[in-house]
Parts: sequence; structure tokens; C-alpha cells
Amino acid sequence: MPLSTRTRHRPGALTPVATIAVIVATVCVLPLGVILAAALDAGASEALAQLLRPRVGELLRNTTALVVVTTTASVVLGVGTAWLVERTALPGARWWRIALVAPLAVPAFVNAYAWVSLRPSLTGLAGAALITTLSYTPFVFLPVAALLRGLDSAWEDSARSLGLGPWRTFWRVVVPQVRPAVLGGALLVALHLLAEFGVLALIRFPTFTTAILDQYEAAFDTTGGAVLSLALLGLTAIVLTGDHVLRSRRTHARLGAGVRRRPQPARLGRWRGPAVAGLTAYVLLALGVPAYSLAHWLGRGGASILSGDLVAALWSTLWLALAAGAITTLAALPVAVLVQRRPGRLTQVIERVTYLASSLPGVVIALALVTLAVRWIGPLYQTPALLLLAYVILFIPRSMVSIRAALAHAPDGLLDAARSLGAGPWGTGRRVLLPIILPGLLSGFALVFLATCVELTATLLLAPTGTTTLATGFWAASDSLDYAAAAPYAVAMILLSAPLTWLIMTRNSEDPT
Amino acid sequence: MKLTRLIPAFAVAAALTLTACGSGSDEATPELDPTKLTIYSAQHKNLVDAWVKGFEADTGIKVQVRQGKDASMGNQLVAEGAKTPADVFLTENSPAITVVQDAGLLAPVDKATLDQVAPAYRPSSGEWVGIAARSTVLIYNPSKITEAELPGSMLDLAKPEWKGRWGGAPTGADFQAIVSGMLEATGEAETKAWLQGLKDNAKIYQNNIATMKAVNAGEVPVGIMYHYYWYRDQALTKESSANTKLHYFKGEDVGAFVSVSGGGVLKASDRGADAQKFLGWITGPKGQEVLATSKSMEYAVGQGVASDPALPALDSLEAPKIDPFTLDGPKVISLMTEVGIL
Repeated sequence: MPLSTRTRHRPGALTPVATIAVIVATVCVLPLGVILAAALDAGASEALAQLLRPRVGELLRNTTALVVVTTTASVVLGVGTAWLVERTALPGARWWRIALVAPLAVPAFVNAYAWVSLRPSLTGLAGAALITTLSYTPFVFLPVAALLRGLDSAWEDSARSLGLGPWRTFWRVVVPQVRPAVLGGALLVALHLLAEFGVLALIRFPTFTTAILDQYEAAFDTTGGAVLSLALLGLTAIVLTGDHVLRSRRTHARLGAGVRRRPQPARLGRWRGPAVAGLTAYVLLALGVPAYSLAHWLGRGGASILSGDLVAALWSTLWLALAAGAITTLAALPVAVLVQRRPGRLTQVIERVTYLASSLPGVVIALALVTLAVRWIGPLYQTPALLLLAYVILFIPRSMVSIRAALAHAPDGLLDAARSLGAGPWGTGRRVLLPIILPGLLSGFALVFLATCVELTATLLLAPTGTTTLATGFWAASDSLDYAAAAPYAVAMILLSAPLTWLIMTRNSEDPT
Repeated sequence: MKLTRLIPAFAVAAALTLTACGSGSDEATPELDPTKLTIYSAQHKNLVDAWVKGFEADTGIKVQVRQGKDASMGNQLVAEGAKTPADVFLTENSPAITVVQDAGLLAPVDKATLDQVAPAYRPSSGEWVGIAARSTVLIYNPSKITEAELPGSMLDLAKPEWKGRWGGAPTGADFQAIVSGMLEATGEAETKAWLQGLKDNAKIYQNNIATMKAVNAGEVPVGIMYHYYWYRDQALTKESSANTKLHYFKGEDVGAFVSVSGGGVLKASDRGADAQKFLGWITGPKGQEVLATSKSMEYAVGQGVASDPALPALDSLEAPKIDPFTLDGPKVISLMTEVGIL
């Protein structure tokens, strides 16, 4: 049997897994095709006219400015705080590590609500950049902090011994090694900004995403909306390409596991005071303001906090999130298996496609599904099935990453051994494979579950009428500026997100060595 | 043994789960029940709930409501065409129902129902009927602007001296209805020029409530919105309107536009008789009484029915005389798109 395995799976022959993986990838890429078809529906010249109108230029300026300002600010803040926490003799580093990840538990649109309800004049680029920076900086802090902690200081020591000063050592030795982590974080920030709707609607800073929603509200399924979606897709492609180019320019390898030398923490000296003050200010803005604001509005709401509507929304949210988690895990499994076991060109395409689709803004995916349902497959519009499909497309990579990591621990040889000892395919799957990959399946499930709990944009467009989730219930109240009524929904979402954030925080503070 | 050979088993499990989830969804989310009369409603939920409750108690006919927004719901009905599950469509403003009417999807409203409603609030087509009305108002903050400084006409707000000094919510169906009234009264060129003025001058808010709060907080001295948000807030806590007053343009100004909320019966409905009964009930004395006492603060349009006593009489507002049937919502959307508001 082992001898024949190579020939049985000739490259090019589609196994059942590959077939399923291809189907999953096709479904994921469907929105792209739909948007293109919808944009060109009224003819290419009409689409071009819609694309070249001044409003698109205005939205392009706003969107680009926001991406540039917030991504830069997040990188500066994220790298700076990570360096302070991991590489300096900062007092209470353990606690700062937790405080700097904690903003992840507060959805960005809840953060915006917290600020705007206290300071209604907070609008425009400055307000949008402030809030998105506060909410998204952990995306940079997390990977950079993890990397800094794992760095072998031997390289730095060599650089120092060869005559470089501390600053030049940092720039020439540490920065290049940290680069992939910074780029990864920056990419995540930029993609989130392109997809962001809630924050920008509350702050009243129009970007492509908010304009697409406006078009949908005003005129439903239009060429204008599809063309704006295409423009947004173009920006997404630019961001992804930029990341790819920057990433592939240089690589750094460290051969052999070896023993890492932990660096000597830098002494802060007279910078100690300002560093602690700066961190305190940042944490107060990122966590203190939402906490104060929510407490304030909860207090104002009084006895109406636990309304029947809130309970109904909680149930719908939990139900949708459970279903989305289960379906996404099942859809991700064949793709993950294929990618992990059968590297090849087809596999690479499939993997890229699923990742690409999920980096599309939620509004684009939702609008594409609306168009699809209304124009071509009638009865699906405003059914739970369509909403769940959107969740699967949006969140499948979260599940895939976890499953792939787990599959790495289940080598083929182990399964072959089980078979040779007499276990059938089912027995092998149940008794050998499943126990090994179960943690991966579950963590993927949890990631999708939590993402679904706080998803706003796609849910606004696709939720079956009559179904209110925590996010849309929150949105309905805060959109009509009924801040007290919105507070309990916000708190419920934070409580649901807290366990996962806690998990990330504790993992983050573990010693990697 | 290759791991990949186990996958068909997983696929079967996946398919089973999907099916299970699919059928489970029917129980967990309120799907439409074919035995009930189905209302697609873009009107305020509180009002429609009160109507439904009264109608069900009176007639024994069970009703279910799908809540939505004017433009998206009107266009959804057009997209659904003959396959729509809807029996009745209720809007906040007439342009959305005109879109459905122009697609040939509405059945003529019973004559008895039409006759219950004052002639100014039903379209000449007779394919739908007014169910409520709301007036355009200028809200202002007396600590920021005196009454004498207020504009004489809503058209003045496009002039350069109003730059940065007024607010509105042009992305919403309410404001778009006001503009469709202007389009009808003044024509395309003037409306487009005014919209350009809006783009240059106005602070854009997401809805009427946000506009009202902004004026109340003194962010802008004046704003354009509908009257009932102000009266509702005044009747409750005054939290969002205590520092403000209303100004009615009157004199058949475009800013005195009264918007008619519409109700119609879908041709595709297989419960046409019940649907007509529902429309007759909400526009009849009982339905209009529910409206007048609901504190929704919208105007009643039934013949001889008085609105909430806090409101100035509807016929004292000197609204421009416009047939609501002719309002062209899609044109307004495309003008707003051209100018770059949408």
C-alpha cells in the first residue's frame, strides 16, 4: 500500500476532496463575478460614466487618506508599544501586554459609538482616523510583540560587537526581522479599513463602503452600487498587491532551532516616565473611553436594559453564529486538507481564491449575494441560507488556518499505521484523525462564531426581515441616536468577544521559548 | 491510507449538517407564513403594529409584517415581481410606492377606501391611497439664529451665505421625497442646481433624528426635516429638541411640501379581498383614530378625522399642490448621483 500511494494520486486527477475544494473555492469567488456582471449590465459606457464621476474621486480621496493615516498610525503605535513592552525594562510589562490587546474585545463600531455619543462633534477624517487607530492597533501590536519576544538577540549582539550603536542596530538588525510581522499587521488594518462601515457611518466620513450602503438604501440594486463595489475591489487588489511586493523583496532565515538568547531589556532611563504616561494615555483612550461611555449609557437606560428584544437578538445571534461556525468549519475542512496534503498549482489557486474572497469587504459580498438572489435565484433573498453563505465566504480563512495547523500534527504515516492495524476508513477517521484535529476544528469554529457575533455590514443587508442580531439591534438604536437603548447590545457583544480575546491575551503573554 | 480518502465521508456529514441547518432555520427565524396576510412595511414599526393589532381584533384576519425601508423595499417588490409573497405595501413616502405602481404591480384600490381619504392625499391613478402625511419643516436653534434671519424659501439654502450653516439627511427617503416635490414644482434644471447648493453648503447627517440633535446641540443653526420627529421628542423627554423651534415655510413654498405615506395592494396577491379590507381599515375611521392617538405625530388623512391636537392643522400649512402620483423618486436618485451626494 505505501508503495502505490504516489501513483494513485496523479497530479491532475481530481480526487473527491479536490472536487469539493474546487466547489468551495468557486462559491467563494462567486461575488466577484456577480459584481462585475451587475456593473456591466447597463453597458460598459454607463459603467465607465459612473466610475468617472466626481463623487468617486471624492470617495477615493477619503478612503485612501483614511487607509494611509490609520495604517501609518497603527504601525507606529503598534510597533512602539510592542517594543516598549517586550524589549525595555518597562514596569508592569505583563499588565501592559494584556491592556494593549484588550481593545480587540470592543468591536470598532461600538468604540465609535462610545466616542460619538460623548462628543457628537467628532467627525471627518480626524475622528475616523482616531477611532480606527485605537481599534485596529492591536492587529499590529500582536504579531510584532510575539516576534520581538521570540527574536534571538545573538544577531544584535554581533552587530553591537562589530561597532553599531543601539539605534543603528535596531534599524539594521531588528527592523528587517520584524518587517513581515509589521506588514502582516498593516495589511490586516488596511483591509479592515476598506471594509469598515459602522465607524464611518457614525463619524460621518463617507468612503466607498458607506456610499455603497447609501446606494443600496436609496435605490436597492443599481449599476452605481456595483460600480462603487468594483472601485473598492480595485483598492483591495492594490493593497494585496502592495503587501505581496513588499513581502517578497527580502527574506530572513534563521537556520536550526537552537537556543535563543533572550535580549537584555533596554533601560529607559529618563524616558521611563514619558513612556508610562504615553501608554497610560493610549490605554485610557482605547479602553477607558468605551468603558466610561457604556457605563454612562447603561445607567441612563435604567430598568429597560434586559428587554425581550435584547434576548431575542441574543438568540438569533447565537443561532446564526453556531450555524455559521459549523458550516464554515465543514467547508474549510476539504480545502485545508487539500492545501496541507497536496501542494500543487491547483491547490495554490484554490487557497488564494478563498483568501482573496474573504479579504473583500463584507458589503461587496452582501451586495453581490443580494443581486444574485434577486436577479437570478429568486426565493433565496432574505433567507437565513443566504446570510449564512455570506458568513462562510467572509470567514472561511479563519477556520482554514486553524485546521491546517492541526492537520500538520496528523501525518499520513500515522493514519497508514491505523489502517495496517485493521481499522477501517471510518474507524481511522473517528479514532485517530478526529482526536488529533479536533482542537483545530474547534478553535476554527470559535473564531468564526465570534466573528459572526459582531458582523454588522453583511448582516444589515442580508438578515431575514424580522431577524435582529445583536449587531443590527445595536445599529438600529445607535443609528437613530438612541444611545441608551444601544448600550445593552454593545455590552452583550463585548461579553461574547471577551473569552476569545482572553485566549489571545494569555497566549500572547506566554513565553515562546 | 491517505487522509484524503476519508473526505467523502466528511462531505456527506457536511451535506447532512447543511440540510439540518437549512430546515432548522425555518423554526429559528420568522419565515413568512402563507396562511397570513403579508404586509411589506416601510412605515414606522410602532404605528404599523398598532394598526395590525386593531385590524386583527376587528376582523379575525391574521397579519404578518416585514419591516423595511422605502426605496429598498419598493425596489425589492419590483425585483420580486409576480413572485412576491407580499399582499400589501405601506410606505413612508409616496415615491417608493410610485415605483411599484409604475412597474404595473398594484391592483386598483377599492372605491370605498379611496372615498374615505381626503382628495389631496390620494393619487389620481387610484392604484394606491394615502394612509398618513408628514410636513417638511425648518428646525432652528434660536441661540444661533434669530427668527428674522431664517430663509424665506427652502430654495435660499442653496445660496452661498448658507454655506456650512444648515443640515439635512439627503441619503434618506424622507429628504428624497422633499426633493421629488421640488422637482415636480420647479423642474430638473433648478432642482439639480439646488442639489449642487446642498452638496456645497449642507452638513450631511444620517437621518432626521441626527439632524434634529445637531441643531439642538448648536452644531448647525438650522436643518431641514419632517415635523413629527420634533413633536414626538417634545411629547416625551425633549432631550433632542429642547433648544430648538420649528419654522413652517408656508405660502406653497417647496419647503412646505407635505409628503403622503402610501398604501397599496399587490396585483400578485392571492388574498386580494383581505388586502383591500386591510387598506380600508387603516384609512377608515378606526385606523385613522389609531394613527391620531398613537403619538406617532404623523397627520391623519381620513375625511373628517382630526390629527393629534399638538399639531397645527394640516390645511393651515399652505403646502404646494402636487399630485403625489407624479413624484419621480428614481429621477431624484439619479440627480443626487450626478451631483455626487450619493
